Amino acid sequence: MAALVFAEHDGKTLKEATARALTAALGISGEADILVAGHDCAGVAEAASSLAGVRKVLLADGESLAHHLAEPLAELIVPLMAGYEALVAPATSTGRDFAPRVAAKLGVMQVSSIIEVLAPDTFRRPIYAGNAIETVRSTDARKVITVQTTAFAAAGAADTTAPVEEIPAPPPAKNIRFVSQQLTSSGRPELTSARVVVSGGRGVGSREGFALLESLADKLDAAIGASRAAVDAGFAANDQQVGQTGKVVAPELYIAVGISGAIQHLAGMKDSKVIVAINKDEEAPIFQVADYGLVADLFDVLPQLDKALGE
Amino acid sequence: MKILVPVKQVVDYNVKIHVRADNSGVELDNVKLSMNPFDEIALEEAVRLKEDGKAEEIIAVSIGPGKAEQTLRTALAVGADRAILVEADNRTEPLAVARVLAEIVRREQPQLVIMGKQAIDDDSSQAGQMLAAELDWPQATFISRLELSDDNRTATITREVDGGLQVLEAGLPLVITTDLRLNEPRYASLPNIMKARRKPLERLAIDELGVDATPLLEVLKVEEPAPRKPGVIVDSVEELLDRLKNEAGVI
Repeated sequence: MAALVFAEHDGKTLKEATARALTAALGISGEADILVAGHDCAGVAEAASSLAGVRKVLLADGESLAHHLAEPLAELIVPLMAGYEALVAPATSTGRDFAPRVAAKLGVMQVSSIIEVLAPDTFRRPIYAGNAIETVRSTDARKVITVQTTAFAAAGAADTTAPVEEIPAPPPAKNIRFVSQQLTSSGRPELTSARVVVSGGRGVGSREGFALLESLADKLDAAIGASRAAVDAGFAANDQQVGQTGKVVAPELYIAVGISGAIQHLAGMKDSKVIVAINKDEEAPIFQVADYGLVADLFDVLPQLDKALGE
Repeated sequence: MKILVPVKQVVDYNVKIHVRADNSGVELDNVKLSMNPFDEIALEEAVRLKEDGKAEEIIAVSIGPGKAEQTLRTALAVGADRAILVEADNRTEPLAVARVLAEIVRREQPQLVIMGKQAIDDDSSQAGQMLAAELDWPQATFISRLELSDDNRTATITREVDGGLQVLEAGLPLVITTDLRLNEPRYASLPNIMKARRKPLERLAIDELGVDATPLLEVLKVEEPAPRKPGVIVDSVEELLDRLKNEAGVI
């Protein structure tokens, strides 16, 4: 039987997380279909149909699905699962919201945030903020899996396109409705898929301090992340938080500026390929995971970096 | 209105955990245990609702070994009115936890269940959503703000989502899971810790609730993560950029 992959998208663009979840799904099942659920999202289905390894794309287009609320998504997906051996969703705020609801309705135990598929029923996943890695075997005939997408390569483009099949959208949820959203648009690469991430911590000191990171991020075409301390202090927005309870990133280059390196922050970035730490406290735990450490005042270093990269 | 607050006893936030030498799990003997930090936030929110006159009673519930009583006593000291300990010796998976909580909800009839968005031990982030599914209630996960209508019939919730913030309106009864920025939990005062010793705590066995808690996931192995190779301390911005360009090849 095939796996069903939940497509992460914003109505217009198919997110790279989908192609990464697809790779995980193809490790679990020989075949995979992609489910595009949303409203006015036919373009997303088209993009999904050209990913390599996709058998077909299911498109559920309706107002009830516009904001990816867990209740209508579960209503849509639970009956579909009769035809699949696994549901695979990226471990985004959407996937983490609806997937357990689907799992409970199916009476199965979800395997959360997997980082490796060892066998179709056996997975590795981080526990204790990544301080331990657990290998679990699922005994459920039908599996519900969320994927830490940074741990999987993105599936490429296919030469041909898979067929798109339209399926009906469920009615709107009875007891819950979308009111509004405030989405941050920075014009920068997305934090979880950026090649370079520049992150600031409490040491950055203020919202204005974060503006210093922006100039550096511009030169490196980087996303801007933040530690929990910086978000709690109001220097950065919640969606910038990297860590156990925020986003998990694994870019080619991660530059930690004024971040001490609390365990829960390290959980969100320690799989980055190259880690640079800039901190004036040489005892800061961030230096233990850094490939390159610079013990210096960030307010001296940032202008120098900025100038050198500008040349 | 009654509020149910599930709390989990976990290895304390500040403890550096150790994997057992036989790879069977994480060492839990002689390790400081505390209430899961997200559950503290859930409890705090419930206590504030009671202080605001929006709720009459707060029931804390925990599923775990006998020593989880300590965590329930903490919950009682912070402001829960009574506690229920569902004793389970083995590892209880989120699905079994959700089914146990659903039974407690049927007995106690709360209008609101407020719980942490994830436990910092297994990091599954499932139990709240699964409870909502078992009860067929709406769910509001990862919330940073909660407002109840005057008649307690609807809640306006702000959720922390990947792109920013999302506002939803839900009818009660409702399951809520808390994110970090919902509130700052208080500490229990000494007099309240003393008083908590006399607050009622009911003990139930998991079988009494008719829930089969046999694990569906088999833990084959627990390992330390692969260590990173040691790094170097550079002396200057010039050296840093040189190494990033010529050694690491990332800029």
